[in-house]
Amino acid sequence: MTSWLLLATADAATGAAAGASEGGLFDLDATLPLMAVQVVLLTFILNALFFRPVGRAVEEREGYIATSKADAKQKLAQAERLASDLSEQLREARQAAQGLIVQAEQESDQLYREALAAAQAESIAVREQARSLIEAEKSTALAALREDADRLGSLIVDRLLAA
Amino acid sequence: MVPMPLTLPFAELEVGQQLYWQLGNLRVHGQVFLSSWVVIGALLTLVVLGSRKMQREPRGLQNLLEYLWTYIRDLAREQIGEKAYRDWLPFIGTLFLFIFVCNWGGALIPWKIIELPNGELGAPTADINTTVAMALLVSLSYFYAGLSRKGLRYFEYYVEPTPIMLPFKIIEDFTKPLSLSFRLFGNILADELVVAVLAFLVPLFVPLPAMFLGLFTSAIQALIFATLAANYIGEAVHEESH
Repeated sequence: MTSWLLLATADAATGAAAGASEGGLFDLDATLPLMAVQVVLLTFILNALFFRPVGRAVEEREGYIATSKADAKQKLAQAERLASDLSEQLREARQAAQGLIVQAEQESDQLYREALAAAQAESIAVREQARSLIEAEKSTALAALREDADRLGSLIVDRLLAA
Repeated sequence: MVPMPLTLPFAELEVGQQLYWQLGNLRVHGQVFLSSWVVIGALLTLVVLGSRKMQREPRGLQNLLEYLWTYIRDLAREQIGEKAYRDWLPFIGTLFLFIFVCNWGGALIPWKIIELPNGELGAPTADINTTVAMALLVSLSYFYAGLSRKGLRYFEYYVEPTPIMLPFKIIEDFTKPLSLSFRLFGNILADELVVAVLAFLVPLFVPLPAMFLGLFTSAIQALIFATLAANYIGEAVHEESH
């Protein structure tokens, strides 16, 4: 086990000491600039294939979500306004109906009272008329009776006197 | 090279061995490029498959890509700021994705199956050239970001809040790429070594915790590199409110 560890360190040491010809851990050579070029190229390729299209898709969706959210908010506000309008109207209509009911009750009450009063007055008048008629007939009848009685009396008196 | 005393096919360990390719009079590390091409191929395949049919209601891979995009966007926006983050989003995102896929690819792909004449395949980020390349790109981009946004006023940053900061800020310009590159390189190489050593000693089960830890470290390192890169760019484009 130690053998290859020593080997590795020795190898690295020789690599570092002898420079590029021997290799080693810290062997800097043309790999460096070529790798840099490769990374830069990869950046451009990934930008074209990944970052731009995916970014566009994500941001379009974010925009879409934002606008539809705003839209929905607006619609919700509109619906709430309509609902409050309608409930206001409903309340007013209820009030109006209540008023109408009260008014109709009052009117029917009024009519009832008027009809009652009229009927009572009429009945009183009719009764009064009937009584006065009765009175009149009674008095005429009494008068007739008295007259008859007078006449009969005078007749009796005449007969008696004549006799 | 002295041959290993014990040669298990999957548990051999070579450090500092490179597969050299000769391009003209330049020498490059072939195994780094081979594995980085695999990594880039995987990344591009994922991206192309996922963004083929973009829809408003995402399905399948598009979900993953959008998740990644928003994750990177949030990272860049938080570090760079609302005004400038759009210009740097692709760079930060590419760094993050490339490092992440490199690290995980190095840990998850059974590279050892493929025999190379010299050296071995592994995470491209376990090679100092890759990490230094990316760290220097970060340095260049924060200079470019600062200069293009503020012009020469960018250099006011060096004497803020007091001119005493000047030497420290200048040193920072060197320590930033140094720490970026060595942090990533060291972590990934150490992780590979730990797993390899454990696998070399006990081939079964024992390396598994180290492997999981390695996956975790790999993801964290990708995040750290991208976050720091974004942070440096953000520092460069930051407008002092006078």
